[in-house]
Amino acid sequence: MSEKILMKGNEAIGEAAILAGCRHYFAYPITPQNEIPAYMAKRLPEVGGTFLQAESELAAVSMVMGASAGGARVMTSSSSPGISLKQEGISYMSGAQLPAVIVNMMRGGPGLGNIAGAQGDYFQATRGGGNGDYHVLVIAPGNVQELADYTVKAFELADKYRIVCMILGDGYLGQMSEPLVLPKAVDKLPPKDWALTGAKGREPHIIASLRLNPDNYLEKHVYDLYENYKKIEENEVIYDTQNMEDADYMIVAYGTASRICKKAIRLLRAEGIKVGLFRPVTLWPFPKKEIAEAAKKVKKILTVEMSMGQMVQDVQINAGKYCDVDFLGRPGGMLPEVEKIVQRVKSYV
Amino acid sequence: MTKELIFAGFGGQGVILAGKILCIAAMKEDKCVSHIPSYGAEMRGGTANCSVVVADEEIASPVVEHPDICIVLNKPSLDKFEPRMKEGGILIYNTSLIENKPKRTDIKVYGIDCNRIAAENGSERAGNMVALGALVKIVPWLCSVDSFAYALDQAISARNKKFNEVNLKVIKAGYDLPLNAQ
Repeated sequence: MSEKILMKGNEAIGEAAILAGCRHYFAYPITPQNEIPAYMAKRLPEVGGTFLQAESELAAVSMVMGASAGGARVMTSSSSPGISLKQEGISYMSGAQLPAVIVNMMRGGPGLGNIAGAQGDYFQATRGGGNGDYHVLVIAPGNVQELADYTVKAFELADKYRIVCMILGDGYLGQMSEPLVLPKAVDKLPPKDWALTGAKGREPHIIASLRLNPDNYLEKHVYDLYENYKKIEENEVIYDTQNMEDADYMIVAYGTASRICKKAIRLLRAEGIKVGLFRPVTLWPFPKKEIAEAAKKVKKILTVEMSMGQMVQDVQINAGKYCDVDFLGRPGGMLPEVEKIVQRVKSYV
Repeated sequence: MTKELIFAGFGGQGVILAGKILCIAAMKEDKCVSHIPSYGAEMRGGTANCSVVVADEEIASPVVEHPDICIVLNKPSLDKFEPRMKEGGILIYNTSLIENKPKRTDIKVYGIDCNRIAAENGSERAGNMVALGALVKIVPWLCSVDSFAYALDQAISARNKKFNEVNLKVIKAGYDLPLNAQ
């Protein structure tokens, strides 16, 4: 199907998950991502799948863990405070190397906060929001087409590396409707020779979270996890640039914030100010080398976020030695204004 | 070209739907479109609105801070969005429910008796469709009035498709109005 349809971001994620072969979805409702469970409740029974509204977020993520252990492509979704409640399961799955796709349509925080789109969960997503040494592969789409395309990609990467893959969007992206060409249906799922499928006629597979004996059993396991993470860092970085060829200044932003920056860049370019956009798409693995290379060619970097400044730390760590890194952001579900971004960049000239 | 629009009114007047129908009609004519509804903590009787961008190039930001065009169907929406409009913008307001005239003199203003015209053409609830018809008459670049038949077919659920015919009639009534900026 290559016809363009107008689709809401949240629903695009739901349909893309089904096209990627996801037939199990467990969740507990929360604004601003309720169109995902609503869509899955309607669509999954039509394709022979299972939709279940759990009694809590913890129950939902535990059901995801079970389905994943059984070898299924499985997804859950929530928004910020709900994702906090799911951290136990995310840490368990990361320890047990169980693939899953988890969607976080971020809202204003901390706490229950508000229901407007925000980007305050960057630290939680990229540093590992639960206990222990682990990473989640984090993808931050920038429009509805990418929400769909990267949902399919998230399932692929989750299975390829046996890792939890998070789609990190925000309320505005989830609520937004844009033209969309649906991704192609995945017709063949990768085999999972580790899954719990009944041990008749073979050695049992073990999916474990607790690793007590011998003393260094857990240490060795974490080294293995990090060998895997290294491969992901080497092979799976995704980023996008716009107007960077001749840029004197670089704006770094992801998700909805990057859309606002694109508008500011158009206005600045119209006034002859050479500014470009660097947009990380994978937030973990962060495009470390790529942003460092870009930083060598510009005079100053402005990081724009819908938060008090979280990704700016990664920008500082990787690009800070090549040029100054400035920050502009708004917390609490408010959007950075185009005019403020324009004024800030002009102040560098 | 890029046009940024706000559709606003009481919850239930169909402003979110009107924005969506415009998006689908413009998309059919190969324009880039985006639509963000206000959502969540809206009150019954309060205002609902949606931000729509129509462009013939990639849409940078779907967020509308200062609209080029506003379609307001009730007074609280006029009060909220008139001050935010761009200079030279176009304001379409519903005189059926708004007694006060807009104050700005640096924008083009069109007062339309949406509810009455909708009622006369078969559906008193379709004031939003009158405004939609008038909108594309005033700004023909957005889309052709003929594309609304396709848009209604795409946007309306099977359960409510029986209203498409009357809605299309009401859109055309809005389109055929004699329209003069005040």
